[in-house]
Amino acid sequence: MTHEDWQLIEFTARMAATSTLLVLPLGLALAWCLARGQWRGKVLLETVVMLPLVLPPVVTGLALLKLFGRRGLVGSWLHNVCGFDFIFTWRAVVLALAVMSLPLLVLAAKTAFEEVDRSFEQIARTLGAGEWRIFFTITLPLARRGVFGGTLLAFARALGEFGATIMVAGNIPGQTTTLSTAIYQYVQLGEDGHAWLLAGVSACVAFLAVLVASKYLVRQAKR
Amino acid sequence: MQSAKILILLIASSLSGNLPLSAAEVKVFAAASLREALQEIAGRYQHQSPDNIVFNFGASSTLARQIEEGAPVDIFFSADEAQMSRLESKGLIMKGTRCNLLSNGLVIVVAAENGANVRSPKDLARPEIHRIALGDPRAVPVGVYARQYLEKLGLWDSIAPKVVPMENVRGAMAAVESGNAEAGIVYKTDALISKKVVVAYSVPLNEAPAIRYPVARSKEAREPDASTKFLAYLASQPTAEVFEKRGFIVLPNSER
Repeated sequence: MTHEDWQLIEFTARMAATSTLLVLPLGLALAWCLARGQWRGKVLLETVVMLPLVLPPVVTGLALLKLFGRRGLVGSWLHNVCGFDFIFTWRAVVLALAVMSLPLLVLAAKTAFEEVDRSFEQIARTLGAGEWRIFFTITLPLARRGVFGGTLLAFARALGEFGATIMVAGNIPGQTTTLSTAIYQYVQLGEDGHAWLLAGVSACVAFLAVLVASKYLVRQAKR
Repeated sequence: MQSAKILILLIASSLSGNLPLSAAEVKVFAAASLREALQEIAGRYQHQSPDNIVFNFGASSTLARQIEEGAPVDIFFSADEAQMSRLESKGLIMKGTRCNLLSNGLVIVVAAENGANVRSPKDLARPEIHRIALGDPRAVPVGVYARQYLEKLGLWDSIAPKVVPMENVRGAMAAVESGNAEAGIVYKTDALISKKVVVAYSVPLNEAPAIRYPVARSKEAREPDASTKFLAYLASQPTAEVFEKRGFIVLPNSER
């Protein structure tokens, strides 16, 4: 493994971690909203959040490219008002990873929230606890396994994302290239040995993540 | 009885994949920059030949990789000699069929709308130019040519960190069209096709690296006869006119 390979792995892990940290509060809020209460537009919101799971990743990438591009709705505003660009930068990597991994977290966390015995929350409420306190001291701890498993899955997804990433972030060595896009690049360049090496690395990481995540998810189901 | 015989004959011949009436299908792997020109040429070819021309367009480096991995191909039309030579050295090209048909020019393009202010290659090094779209300079011909040119000018080191390597020349152009890269280096013929980019600087032919488009028949061509016919058509005068109309330089026989 060369110095560049280690840098690549470090960069990919950093991007995936950043994306997961961003997705966590948003995903938990969404999961909670979807697990609790009936309100208008719930099905619509759920569908939109889940869409990246079933859409071809390049379609998600295309939508992000059009939205966050220099001439896109959000991208032009960011460029003119905040003075920075998304497309072809590390920000685009994080964006793509976050959008692609959000549904995995929401799915797992929503199921976990739904399985929490609501009577505990009711009791806390009768004792005068506020909704925030109930969430952080009752709901979240009881759902922790599902939330943790979902977070790990989201992180693993982020580590391996390809289609949306290459659309919005390109494949700039040392700037936006991730493990997956590097593997693709090495195959294109005819450096299959190098591609296999990186493929092995990502397989090991993915294997570990799924192993740990499934352990938590299965235990929760058994309880 | 008679009709039953014909039916059996028809079924047998279709099973062998060789209907007597069916024409040959010639698979052409061609550089992305040739897309419109070759599609027009294939359209004209249909008037004089029953054979069907099927294209696979992409970066020549990608196509060469696919051919190496055994993709079914009859004719390879590359945008640089390196990719063709790589295949030839692996024994995948039919000897005696290779010839350099075309040349092209390099241009620096910027978006037609609110494009960056670029007047010379030196301007690419300026700080307000953040991203420059090229074909991947490690393999894609248009990127390799651009890198060689910028290296010759001594500008490569200052420009390299801004390079956005794209899959092929059309990818590089699209990045400029969308405004996500302020400038790009593409072939002259690509710039002519897009209304969303304008040429900021044309590299003089004597300063650019020698751009050559070699074409050859694959050694494992499934349709050798039909391929040879189409190769001859590609080198003919009516075809040269189409290429020239679209901005390509058709090389004289002495340089092929």
